[in-house]
Amino acid sequence: MSILVIAEHDNSELKQATLNVLAAAKAIGGDIDVLVAGENCGAVGEAAAKAEGVSKVLVADNAVYGHFLGENLGELVAEVGKGYSHILAAAGTIGKDFMPRVAALLGVAQVSDIMRVESEDTFVRPIYAGNAIATVKSTDSIKVITVRPTAFDPVAGEGGSATVETLDIVKDAGLSQFVNEELAKSDRPDLASAGIVVSGGRGMQNGENFKMLEQVADLMGAAVGASRAAVDAGFVPNDMQVGQTGKIVAPQLYIAVGISGAIQHLAGMSDSKVIVAINKDEEAPIFQVADYGLVADLFEAIPELQRAL
Amino acid sequence: MKVLVAVKRVIDYNVKVRVKPDNTGVDLANVKMAMNPFCEIAVEEAVRLKEKGVASEIVVVSIGPKACQEQIRTALALGADRGIHIETDEEVQSLEAAKLLKSVVEKEEPKLVILGKQSIDSDNNQTGQMLAALTGMGQGTFASEMVVEGDKVNVTREVDGGLMTVALNLPAVVTTDLRLNEPRYASLPNIMKAKKKPLDSMTPADLGVELAPRLSTLKVEAPASRQAGVKVADVAELVDKLKNEAKVI
Repeated sequence: MSILVIAEHDNSELKQATLNVLAAAKAIGGDIDVLVAGENCGAVGEAAAKAEGVSKVLVADNAVYGHFLGENLGELVAEVGKGYSHILAAAGTIGKDFMPRVAALLGVAQVSDIMRVESEDTFVRPIYAGNAIATVKSTDSIKVITVRPTAFDPVAGEGGSATVETLDIVKDAGLSQFVNEELAKSDRPDLASAGIVVSGGRGMQNGENFKMLEQVADLMGAAVGASRAAVDAGFVPNDMQVGQTGKIVAPQLYIAVGISGAIQHLAGMSDSKVIVAINKDEEAPIFQVADYGLVADLFEAIPELQRAL
Repeated sequence: MKVLVAVKRVIDYNVKVRVKPDNTGVDLANVKMAMNPFCEIAVEEAVRLKEKGVASEIVVVSIGPKACQEQIRTALALGADRGIHIETDEEVQSLEAAKLLKSVVEKEEPKLVILGKQSIDSDNNQTGQMLAALTGMGQGTFASEMVVEGDKVNVTREVDGGLMTVALNLPAVVTTDLRLNEPRYASLPNIMKAKKKPLDSMTPADLGVELAPRLSTLKVEAPASRQAGVKVADVAELVDKLKNEAKVI
């Protein structure tokens, strides 16, 4: 078997999710190559070559891949990937965008968001927002798979010595152009890979009050997240949303503040190691999954927590 | 311009999902079904395009058993003009759905195809992208805003780092995210009117598509449940537990 892992990166750094996907590849077994597609992404290729268990890194460095447009990446990965038995990418918004295109161009199915590898052709994935867990078997000769990064412990990012090859394949589908992006800039850790996450819900009442959570988060080196209710209400931007349709997180510690615990929120955080819920409503469903529940007014509890830290 | 919207019949958003005791799937017997919430957003966006004079006709398509016509009628009541039902009782996986939609696209030649980004049952998030690939169209996935300008559509996408805007040549595929719009409710007169709107029915065979599932579901289980823990009396106790019992801070 031979596995092609598509690296997730921002043209300068390899994202940790790639190391999680490599762990899934290792669980499948076989030779593992990594494809780095981007623009001026040589450093990412070198970083990928150091990751554990990688045989070869292929670098496709061209302006047409600079913004990871699904149309261009889809054509590239379908061409490079057709010699492999498995093609894997992280189930982030980039992987979710281009991977189904790869599957369609190859005429195969995609297995989305796997959380466990049972064998080379059988995988476990959540359905119904995580309310059911399906074991699915693929009969395709090439298995196109997106991987839920938090479900796999990352492989080591150092110590490997894969060869690096340059790919001279330029695929410009000519269907789409990048216009602009508004990316949140934060000195806090990345939500998807942070060890501690502090999230606020509708109970925060407004965006201004999220500053309280940010102060607590900074004392703990934590990332700040939010429930869908808080994002829909306009308190905070969409990139902070934790849940089935937002980010899936599984930190060591998850602190849910003023979050009732809608099923789609629980789907995004219930794999956290320790869950703390702070809510004034004793009946809130979040308490059913919390290891430590504090029934209290968050506007009193959070400043107190800040002082205690 | 003509807009094609694909909608899926799924378990109602508010129904508690139960896994069948024999682990063959989720119990759908006597369970309330509804239009997939992301598909409702797709219909709403098409209707708004028509209200702005951008769209001239909205065709809504659904694939599945006879009962899918309920969801097509709902879309017609919300403002779609015409329905197409591709009737089958077989399981339709994403690639087959994309192939069926491709043949509809070839017949109808819409300028824009709007779909939900994923359905809340299988959670695959694939069909729109697959359709775009099969038809050679560009794709604006996870849209939170879309603006049609001339022969292009600008789509603002919800991505991991924030928002990203792409310009797509028309015809194009757009898949909806939650914040694209807030769908309206159908009024009673519009529900009555929808019953008279045209609805064509056809089969996958009529469209020359063979349904050949590539993935088989071996079992479906309930997720491992988390036990509720303890309630702490105050912040001091909480911090103490996190430091000394859980050892996470």
